[in-house]
Amino acid sequence: MAASETSTHDPSSRPATRGPVVNDFSIQVATTNGSGSQSSNTVLLRALFQMGIPVSGKNLFPSNIAGLPTWYTIRASREGFVARKKEVDVLVAMNAETARDDVLALAPGAVAIYDQPLGLEALRDDLVLYAVPFDALVAPITKEPKLRKLLRNMAYVGVVARLFSVELAEVEAAIAKQFGAKAKARELNLAAARAGFEHAATLEKRDPYSVRRMDATRGRILVDGNSACALGALFAGVTVVTWYPITPSSSLVETLVGYLRKYRVGADGKATYAVVQAEDELAAMGMVLGAGWAGARAMTATAGPGVSLMSEFAGLAYFAEIPAVIFDVQRVGPSTGLPTRTAQGDVLSTAFLSHGDTQHVLLFPGSVEECFTMAVDAFDLAERLQTPIFVMTDLDLGMNVWMSDPFPYPERPMDRGKVLSREDLDRLGGFARYRDVDGDGIGWRTLPGTDHPKAAYFTRGTGHDESAAYSESPAVFERNMERLARKLETARSLVPAPERAGEGGARVGIIAYGSSAPAVAEARVQLARERGLETDALRVRGYPFSRAVHEFVEEHERVYVVEQNRDGQLAALLKLDLAPELVPRLRSIAHVHGLPLDARSVTDEILTLEAK
Amino acid sequence: METPAPPAGPRTNRIGLAVLDYRGGKTTLCAGCGHNAISERILEAFFELGVPPERVAKFSGIGCSSKSPAYFMSRSHAFNAVHGRMPSVATGTVLANRTLLALGVSGDGDTASIGIGQFVHLMRRNLPIVYVIEDNGVYGLTKGQFSATADVGSTLKTGVANDLPPIDTCALAVQLGATFVGRSFSGDKRQLSAMLQAAVAHRGTALLDVISPCVTFNDHEGSTKSYAYMKDHDTPLQELSFIPSFEDIRVEYDPGTTAEVTLHDGSRLRLRKLEEGYDPSDRARALARLMDASRKGEVLTGVLFADPTAPSFVDALGMVDAPLATLPEAQVRPPRTVLDEIVASLR
Repeated sequence: MAASETSTHDPSSRPATRGPVVNDFSIQVATTNGSGSQSSNTVLLRALFQMGIPVSGKNLFPSNIAGLPTWYTIRASREGFVARKKEVDVLVAMNAETARDDVLALAPGAVAIYDQPLGLEALRDDLVLYAVPFDALVAPITKEPKLRKLLRNMAYVGVVARLFSVELAEVEAAIAKQFGAKAKARELNLAAARAGFEHAATLEKRDPYSVRRMDATRGRILVDGNSACALGALFAGVTVVTWYPITPSSSLVETLVGYLRKYRVGADGKATYAVVQAEDELAAMGMVLGAGWAGARAMTATAGPGVSLMSEFAGLAYFAEIPAVIFDVQRVGPSTGLPTRTAQGDVLSTAFLSHGDTQHVLLFPGSVEECFTMAVDAFDLAERLQTPIFVMTDLDLGMNVWMSDPFPYPERPMDRGKVLSREDLDRLGGFARYRDVDGDGIGWRTLPGTDHPKAAYFTRGTGHDESAAYSESPAVFERNMERLARKLETARSLVPAPERAGEGGARVGIIAYGSSAPAVAEARVQLARERGLETDALRVRGYPFSRAVHEFVEEHERVYVVEQNRDGQLAALLKLDLAPELVPRLRSIAHVHGLPLDARSVTDEILTLEAK
Repeated sequence: METPAPPAGPRTNRIGLAVLDYRGGKTTLCAGCGHNAISERILEAFFELGVPPERVAKFSGIGCSSKSPAYFMSRSHAFNAVHGRMPSVATGTVLANRTLLALGVSGDGDTASIGIGQFVHLMRRNLPIVYVIEDNGVYGLTKGQFSATADVGSTLKTGVANDLPPIDTCALAVQLGATFVGRSFSGDKRQLSAMLQAAVAHRGTALLDVISPCVTFNDHEGSTKSYAYMKDHDTPLQELSFIPSFEDIRVEYDPGTTAEVTLHDGSRLRLRKLEEGYDPSDRARALARLMDASRKGEVLTGVLFADPTAPSFVDALGMVDAPLATLPEAQVRPPRTVLDEIVASLR
């Protein structure tokens, strides 16, 4: 893999930076998978965070256990921008295999810290180069070759710390947190970081980049979206979790299992949950439906290929009206695609997942905090609407570490939806499962085991009447489908409302969702500062679209829909939903290359399209 | 004082319900279909055991067999799932509410063809469920194609002979760890009734493969799943009688000719041996005997394997005794202090 494949950046497009640059640059670390680099990168990220500087980290990794090239980008941004930065300001070249390509891809004026034997100084004379003898630095720390390989990566953290004024004490604190109770690992890594720090004192500083303590991260947390979803599920009171391992969703369930074991086992040693690793995604989904039907809060987590397999069951759940929560941590498709790269490519297929007139409710968390809150919401919505709720996150949101405000404890009691008890049945004398008694398209259900002779009904994927009895009547079938459409209308007002940004008077609007939102927020600043183009923005958070989404399009002459797929999938959904005269206002900015979206690409494309 | 004699009503079971309370909708299957007889035996079994129908959850996939849960026990919740994937749905329900008695009804196509993946994993888990395969060797609803349990040489009505070896679902279940495995015949009322009652009393996966002739597509000469073929080839291993836990019947028996399996709830399945030396607690012997029967063209019926003591899936998961589905919020939503603790660890 060429290093240029980790960047959508054209090296010729950017002039060299002049003057000191404080708390506003990106560091890309090139290492090999399985070399301990993740620990080093986390330590550096955390040290910056502890200094109060807004940070973000993006792991660009291969589908491999060990040995293939991997890159990690750390961005410090005093303005708090957390999208991937297109430009690499500082390269740390630790991987001999990719070093040449990595260095050739840099823009003039960029910095490269590299392993001395690589001899990269011969390649470019327009960079600031720092050669570091990493092997020599770690040699005195240990004699074990395997450990030396790992410690080289911690040594780079020390070098970076000295060169860019990261406080050594914060690096040491981050190492202590990273290695916790593993005293030996902690001491070795401290020694390696200090060795790098000491060595870098001998380097002559020739670049403009540095960090300085700020106060922008106080009270905040660092967490990945999969953990946030897991925590949301924990506090939503999930009781049945079924899954089949698939990147990038596996850590969601694994993290959840850890929390469940810790917080949901009683003093008697008995669990208030069940977790099943199923034989495949079909079974995982079937188990969720069986559990949801019986009244449990049930979930699964998967990615595109798993969602495809769940298609048939998703249609059954829609038609038989069974609550379910499915986390889709999207990765690049079609097919197996790029399993370790990010995308928003399942939106359209999931909205209509399964044959017939199936439609689903989707939630789009745009931050790790929303991964938490929407996970909680999803379980309420699933039971309220008696239908599957798909929480559409992605690899960028799910597997990368993000800053966040602490998660809010759910204030509302759990909404268990319309369930009739034995006492209700005594009072009513009976019920019809699919009768729209409330006018919102949602019938009342009973749970199996309800001790009443009138409680039972027959759940089926075949045509059925209001009493759930088999029916092939054309009129009955149409009436039922119309009611299901009415239920989706109800969903419009129940899914999280979109969030607006901007003054509201702009002619240009931008719609984004999920992990595209941070790049759009930054692009709006770039457009205003660099070109004086004021924009309003709308972050869509649910499907079917709230009325407020329509209003936003009505209020703007041109609306750019920014997303990470090829075909403009959310734009397509909008076109189906909007009044026909509004459709020409939409302009799609849709790309998929597997890298998290950056602001500069969005800015450039909007400017190009605005010029037309 | 003279007590007036109660009006002669229908016989009721120990919870005061009549057979009528276990009935379902009118069958839409063909007259003479083996499945209808199985439906009768199922509802009778629950009636005889005095199981409240509300405690039963019925599951099925797709096919003629899978329609049948609509034709018995209307007072039980039912879930007619998608083709071949009923096991996962039933698994989810049992996890959500471990107090339910799960009954799965499937067919040979639904289980052995499209559903073989979920079937084998269900057998591994020992989920508490009675899983009945209504096995006729053909697809009925799509008008008579071979299924994966059709024997080599068995013919369709058109004369086409099956040339692929059948999947023996009982052998698979024995090998995979199912804890109660039996084969029966829809026409053998006595054997099937005893086996069904024992299966309901068993705590774990009870797999019953019931040969159930398809009168429309597979009951002709040349079929190995016809009534006539079963009459000639049915080879019962034992004569079964079931003694429910609530009936205190103690009869001496000769351990040389009779064996007893004591089930989880204290009920007993008595097996009068028709075949010397057959031991239903030995998986390897069961497999060997099944393969032997297949070679000889016998349809071996009876209890092939039983291990009533193995821990079930719900036991293994260490769940609370109450249904997970209806645990109160206080038990499933950790308090605010827990979130505070977790947030602090992420700082």
